[in-house]
Amino acid sequence: MTWQIDFWLMLVLIMFAVLALEVSDLLAAVGILTGYSFLMALLFAELGAPDVALTEAALGAAITGIFLLVTLRFVGRKEEH
Amino acid sequence: MTSRYESTFLDVVSRAIVPLIQIFALYVVTHGHYDPGGGFQGGVMLAASIILLRIAQGEESFERFPQSAGLYLAGFGALAFTILGFMSVVFGGNFLEYGYAVPGVDGVELRYWGIFFAEVFIGFLVWGALVAIYDALTTGGTA
Repeated sequence: MTWQIDFWLMLVLIMFAVLALEVSDLLAAVGILTGYSFLMALLFAELGAPDVALTEAALGAAITGIFLLVTLRFVGRKEEH
Repeated sequence: MTSRYESTFLDVVSRAIVPLIQIFALYVVTHGHYDPGGGFQGGVMLAASIILLRIAQGEESFERFPQSAGLYLAGFGALAFTILGFMSVVFGGNFLEYGYAVPGVDGVELRYWGIFFAEVFIGFLVWGALVAIYDALTTGGTA
């Protein structure tokens, strides 16, 4: 596969990961994590692993985000320092 | 605990999109043994469709998929998968060695259907377990 697509996808992935750690609003962090999972699924599909990509898209981008959102209803939106 | 958001858009879109998700999930489960996908991915999609119903329709969705159904589905899937695995042990094979599952039937045919039914049972297990986790989260663990 073309290495340029891998390179830029991985670069954006690292940016998303750092952003999800740094942002103080937990709701935004969940959104960024969902986007991270979606990009991860794209990367897996591009690397020739459609099985793993399907799992990541269904589980990482849908179910995990919903579970984290439901959890946020109990623990609150703001991170405590 | 689960409250319904009075949104016409959410209601209409969920009614339109849930059957499509479920049809695609059935495709992924039943073609899992020779295409990308399989029981786990299809089960996750089925669970996602039920969770979308839960979010969009709140307690009305309990009529279509009761809260207790999740754990029953997961239990049925796990039990059926275990029985399928031990069927071949009874007739002299190893665990999940489908070629021995039914005496007197061609091994190629048995392996084909063995993998197929394993995918289907894994799909039931994942479907029920994920919906049960969501219900436990939204009700605070009382479901």
